[in-house]
Amino acid sequence: MKFVDEYRDQQAAKRLADEIAKTVSHRWTLMEVCGGQTHAIMKYGIDQLLPDNLELLHGPGCPVCVTPAEIIDQAIEIADAPNVILCSFGDMMRVPGTHTSLNGAKASGADVRIVYSPLDAVEIATRAPEKQVVFLAIGFETTAPTTAMAVHRAKKLGLQNFSMLISHVRVPPALEALLTSPGPKIDAFLAAGHVCAIMGFTEYFPISRKHQVPIVVTGFEPIDILQGILMAVRQLEEGRADVENQYARVVNERGNQQAQAIMACVFENTSQVWRGIGALSKSGLKLTREYEAFDARARFNLGASRKEETSASVCVSGKVLRGVKKPIDCPAFGRKCTPEHPLGATMVSSEGACAAYFRYSRKRD
Amino acid sequence: MPPKDNPKIFAPACPLPLRDYPTVTLAHGAGGALTKRLVDEMFAPLFKSRELNRMHDGAVFDTPERRFAFTTDSYVVKPLFFPGGDIGCLAVYGAVNDLAMCGAKPLHLSLGLIIEEGLPMEILWRIAQSIAYACDRAAVNIVTGDTKVVDRGKGDGVFINTSGVGVVMTAHNIDATAIRHGDAVILSGDIGRHGVAVLSAREHLDFETNILSDCAPLSDPVLALLEDDLDIHCLRDLTRGGLATALIEISDKSGLDINIREAEISVDGRVKGAAELLGLDPLYIANEGRFIIILPAHQAPRALSILRSIGVSKSSGVIGAVAVSEGGKGEVICETALGQHRVLDLLIGDQLPRIC
Repeated sequence: MKFVDEYRDQQAAKRLADEIAKTVSHRWTLMEVCGGQTHAIMKYGIDQLLPDNLELLHGPGCPVCVTPAEIIDQAIEIADAPNVILCSFGDMMRVPGTHTSLNGAKASGADVRIVYSPLDAVEIATRAPEKQVVFLAIGFETTAPTTAMAVHRAKKLGLQNFSMLISHVRVPPALEALLTSPGPKIDAFLAAGHVCAIMGFTEYFPISRKHQVPIVVTGFEPIDILQGILMAVRQLEEGRADVENQYARVVNERGNQQAQAIMACVFENTSQVWRGIGALSKSGLKLTREYEAFDARARFNLGASRKEETSASVCVSGKVLRGVKKPIDCPAFGRKCTPEHPLGATMVSSEGACAAYFRYSRKRD
Repeated sequence: MPPKDNPKIFAPACPLPLRDYPTVTLAHGAGGALTKRLVDEMFAPLFKSRELNRMHDGAVFDTPERRFAFTTDSYVVKPLFFPGGDIGCLAVYGAVNDLAMCGAKPLHLSLGLIIEEGLPMEILWRIAQSIAYACDRAAVNIVTGDTKVVDRGKGDGVFINTSGVGVVMTAHNIDATAIRHGDAVILSGDIGRHGVAVLSAREHLDFETNILSDCAPLSDPVLALLEDDLDIHCLRDLTRGGLATALIEISDKSGLDINIREAEISVDGRVKGAAELLGLDPLYIANEGRFIIILPAHQAPRALSILRSIGVSKSSGVIGAVAVSEGGKGEVICETALGQHRVLDLLIGDQLPRIC
């Protein structure tokens, strides 16, 4: 299949792995930002192809994982209200809130539906005028434009029965936070290609310059990731700290202008709590005044409390999200915490690091 | 009603299984890890049946004259019609294929319809015609049936249950425990078509494809293999949960490893594209016209030439082999495109909501 098979070629992967091994002369720590990259690394065994003195840390780029439990609790509270249809991406269904998950709420009688796009939720609202339809909007800059489109369409249609519980997050403030907070030193980032497809990568220039850290915009196929690693390692070995683009077949410097325009029209930056990381200023999105009528928090009187995450369980997902710990460092991993009974979101999501380790890291040896 | 009324008999000996789930979830019916737990922990210990414990697609039992196979399955697919098929032909082929996987020639089917009030008569007519056509194609008869209508809102248009009986055409036991070290694993064609076809037909999913479901009767290739007197150890059709789930169940039951190579598993480019887009693993996508054959490696070339001469299995190929398990517990080990190895696991629930 074009654009897939050639990026999974065994010989090409081996050549790149050899080149990386030849280039590396120091011990370096790289972080792949996106959970999709983490999964590809584990699924194809890319980590096994790398030299010992090159370490990959798994970043916070899993939208489900960084969504605070409080949002899940609020979504459940909304779903439990009479005459409500709560729509969500499938990945959110099993994420534990404080007491239960959306799946639990559904099994207890709430009308919770999986949609593939926020626009589907708008469609449901137009067909069910007697119901309040709420979309749980999560995700990075990749999903934010379709959320924006959905609100825009709902406004155009004059829908009175549609609103959104928004927990969108932005990547650049998280990278800043990782570089300034105590924790393992990150020598270079593989930035999330799909986020950059929307946003471009101009936002990364000041981060790279200020912290003297190479940032390589990287794709998601095995060859993409190996190329991204090679580009980052070359910069490190040469003492450079630039923003480079491995994923040029998809990403350009300025990104998707149309998507950015609709986002700018519907959203403005706001402080946002990240599960495991805490509150980061300007790292989230909220509706602008023009669209604030579609805010589910106001419609359902939820208030905007921003309490910090507290976790009494042994789960170390917060540290996993910051790259401080690996999933296998967790005492509950694979024992008390499995995809069937997840303690933390990183074990649930198809982009979560713990789920990737559980699903793919059991090797033949 | 012994359970409720007679706690003396029931409660001490039989604590409620699956205590971690106070309610049934969709994942309990998705054919993955939770379905297995439901059957293993609730039904199998209660029903204590040797045939059931084989956990095969159907039961094989002896009568003084012949061996028979018996199977049942329910169909709750949404939408009712999808590219390449519909719930009617699916219900027929499902029963036929389960019988074929027991090494049986399918004979008679029962047909149970649970219809939702308000279903347009024209839809029911189309489904009935499809059932009749599928029966013709698979050379089986509907010999008994039942129709119920439930209140509007209590069903998704129509649910179908079919049961089937067939005559077993071999003296060997065809099931997971019969597989041996060194056996070849043959796959009868490319995978993932049915699941993607159904998804593309679902409302609210904005993608289009010209992929057709692979739904088809599999008795022809199976009977041809048996006629040639090949020593078939195990057969399994790759329905819900796909190729990976079928292999995992076989390795689990047999205690042997199954090694497969991802590069040998054929996936149509359009299926691959849709799977990439939707974040699905084709290994776990449902099929309705594909099966695996496990038999001694030296018989594989003969089996392949027979399979390739029949339309529905014309793209058959060897995808792997059975091996003694190093860990003592059977596992399915997949060689990835990059040449690394990983163990395949049962999924907890559906990759996506209910496919069939």
